[in-house]
Amino acid sequence: MKAFSNLLSDLILTSSRNRKLSLLEQYFSSTPDPDRGYALAALTSSLSFKNIKASFFKDLIKEKQDEHLFDLSYDYVGDLAETISLLWDQEKGGNMPRLSSLFENLKKAKNDELKNHIINILNISTADQRWAFIKLFTGGLRIGVSSRLVKQALANYGNVDLEEIEKIWHGLHLPYTNMFSWLENTGGKPKISIYDIFHPMMLAHPLVMEKDLATANPKDFVAEYKWDGIRVQIVSHSEGCRLYSRTGDEVSKSFPEIIKTIQGNFVLDGELLAGINNEPKTFNDLQQRLNKKAPSEKFIQKNPCFIKIYDVLFFNGEDLRDKTLIERKKVLNSYFSKNRSPMSLSETIEFKDWRFLDKIRDISDKQIHEGVMIKSVSSPYIAGRPRGKWFKWKRNPKNVDAIIMYAQRGHGKRSSFYSDYTFGVFNKEKELVPIGKAYSGFTDEELNRLDKFVRSKTINRFGPVREVEKTLVVEIAFDEMSLSNRHKSGIALRFPRFKRIRWDKPTNEVETLDQIRKNFLE
Amino acid sequence: MISIDNKLYIRDIDTYIDPFFPVERAIITHGHADHARAGHKHVLCTPETSEIMKIRYGENCASSFQTIKYGHSVKIGKISVTLYPAAHILGSAQVLLETPKHRIVVTGDYKTILDRHLDPFEVVPCDLLITEATFGLPIFKFNKPEMEIVRLLDNISKNKENTFLIGAYSLGKAQRIIWLLREAGFSDDIFVHGSMDKLCDFYQSKGIRLGTLRKATLDNKKDFKGKIIVAPPSALKDRWSRRFENITRCYASGWMQVKQRAKQSQIEIPLVISDHSDWNELTNTIKQTGAEKVWITHGREDALKYWCEKNGIQAEPLSLQHRDETSEL
Repeated sequence: MKAFSNLLSDLILTSSRNRKLSLLEQYFSSTPDPDRGYALAALTSSLSFKNIKASFFKDLIKEKQDEHLFDLSYDYVGDLAETISLLWDQEKGGNMPRLSSLFENLKKAKNDELKNHIINILNISTADQRWAFIKLFTGGLRIGVSSRLVKQALANYGNVDLEEIEKIWHGLHLPYTNMFSWLENTGGKPKISIYDIFHPMMLAHPLVMEKDLATANPKDFVAEYKWDGIRVQIVSHSEGCRLYSRTGDEVSKSFPEIIKTIQGNFVLDGELLAGINNEPKTFNDLQQRLNKKAPSEKFIQKNPCFIKIYDVLFFNGEDLRDKTLIERKKVLNSYFSKNRSPMSLSETIEFKDWRFLDKIRDISDKQIHEGVMIKSVSSPYIAGRPRGKWFKWKRNPKNVDAIIMYAQRGHGKRSSFYSDYTFGVFNKEKELVPIGKAYSGFTDEELNRLDKFVRSKTINRFGPVREVEKTLVVEIAFDEMSLSNRHKSGIALRFPRFKRIRWDKPTNEVETLDQIRKNFLE
Repeated sequence: MISIDNKLYIRDIDTYIDPFFPVERAIITHGHADHARAGHKHVLCTPETSEIMKIRYGENCASSFQTIKYGHSVKIGKISVTLYPAAHILGSAQVLLETPKHRIVVTGDYKTILDRHLDPFEVVPCDLLITEATFGLPIFKFNKPEMEIVRLLDNISKNKENTFLIGAYSLGKAQRIIWLLREAGFSDDIFVHGSMDKLCDFYQSKGIRLGTLRKATLDNKKDFKGKIIVAPPSALKDRWSRRFENITRCYASGWMQVKQRAKQSQIEIPLVISDHSDWNELTNTIKQTGAEKVWITHGREDALKYWCEKNGIQAEPLSLQHRDETSEL
């Protein structure tokens, strides 16, 4: 645990990618099994611990520290693990257990022992160790190290290709002993059945027209719609079918009717959508299904779903990922020459020039696609986000002016800044009603100025939330507006972000709620 | 009753404490820029503070100086003024305003832990305590500064190729860091930014041994491998620092207690060394003075006010302008 907490402390304060990699490599080479495996799981967010949540630690600290003082401290620090680690008074020294036994002991502990066990660990540890310890359980380490970077460090350590690690990653398990011995040349490469695991998906870069299309020949690319559902991977073989989300989480249980119906021996990549007969409905409709972990038969009948297939990774046992997109599409075309409901092939868009595609992506009479995808015909299927292969060309965002109403401090890197803003417009009764919340789209300099605005124009405080003078107009960009009965305004914005801050614009020039609804919903 | 207002103006004797604007009569607690300004007519302070003000603002920064040593008093009208050590920087003082029936203490900036290069802080009993609260949250609990220095030296010995650039305010913090390094046995030359060499000379002239200091100029670029350079925090991000290669950025400040803060400022070695009181020092001092009323000049006043009230002490924040968290001195 000591070594692990030192590693985290060093990582969070290191900005150079190379130094981070070498810190990780050093750790993997100097730490024995199984501890390094536990650390690896923690660093790649693969360590799950159901019994202990953030609220558990909050309750613990509130027994020791005045609640109001805790709230003020948390608001200031912006990181729960760090707040608690600093507020906890160290009571006695002692030897911290090793990471693996610490974890296993907690796992074995009965509910009534758990609390004392944890208090004991918090008592014997230093502030840095407490911080690392609490981080393990409160989700997301937030130390500026991505899973991919950790895997890169493993690749460097074993002198293998990052791709090789990505391909078997989801078949590996705590404490990764077989992988470490492979990387250290004392064992072979772990053997993993393609049907047991999620295969990391290939992702697209946002298209920058001037840069990416300037010299590109339309003939070298295929275009298709970017459907507005959730990206899924379908892993099917003789013993059944599984659905995974983009991040590798299994979502099969929410869609029992789909996995029951799909038959075959393949790994496909597609978009899960609400609707039937190849007629997609909006993302909002799909949301209904996503919220239900175990839907009833009746609910399923009312909210049917299907999948548009983009790509194929394996077919009848053959790995197609190194083949070109054109070759993979051929396999799909022949498979989908028959009706494969609830799956259908995502159609390609015939186009001769980019201008044509530019128009297509913006046609927004129905909110079923988010724009278009442009894929190089020669692209193999590469896990991650390789450069220059796939591009997403989203619809132009819509814009609306609104007035800043409330602000809250951000977390992590932004903990000292008021960086989360609630904005609103006037309704019929000339009352300002919130229409959304935005956290991004401004530069660091603008954030500084916004932060000053909030601090000097605060008129009310509700815990960590500050209500500000209603004087500042911002132009908000968003992808989609939909009706919503969850909000007082009756509308919800999809992915709102700052486009411009209108320091000079008077608030009476902002369009009213009624006008906005007319513009975007009718 | 002595009458003092929320701008620290004492009406009975027409005198301000640490005013931000030029006044007829001022009492100055210490030489930092957010407390000591040029342009007052008559200034009352410790001998060290008057020297510091003259070094920073010139001989004529005030029409006249009256200096008193720690523990000494002067009578102005019916009020007796005594200065006590505040252990913040060289010359820093608490101000006791006293009549036979009423005692007010203005702490200025202070810390109470032992810092052997300064006169130790004294608790001065009073009725009204006017205190700072820069680190007025219970998360601020500072370790021994010696431990932070050991961590730094350990890092230096492991990374001899790097240049260690330490951000520390030019007056007080820089000299304290250098002094701590010398106490820890670091005898190598230390390089200092041009803005602090006069102040370092001043500290040395007062018997505080800072060893051999050299200016961090570019005469010999390779000189800086494995060396320590001390510079004001603003220089850390400035173009000035780009002249050095392989920099490891360090920052000596109480703010470094919070990792996310250190990360924001791209500090790789945070040194949690503060010249202000931490939470326990603040609350203990309030208790020990026996004050019935507390005014909080600047800092994280919410939490300290709450604590006072919970402990049956009246508290009022003054939110003095120009002293916010970004100017931790």
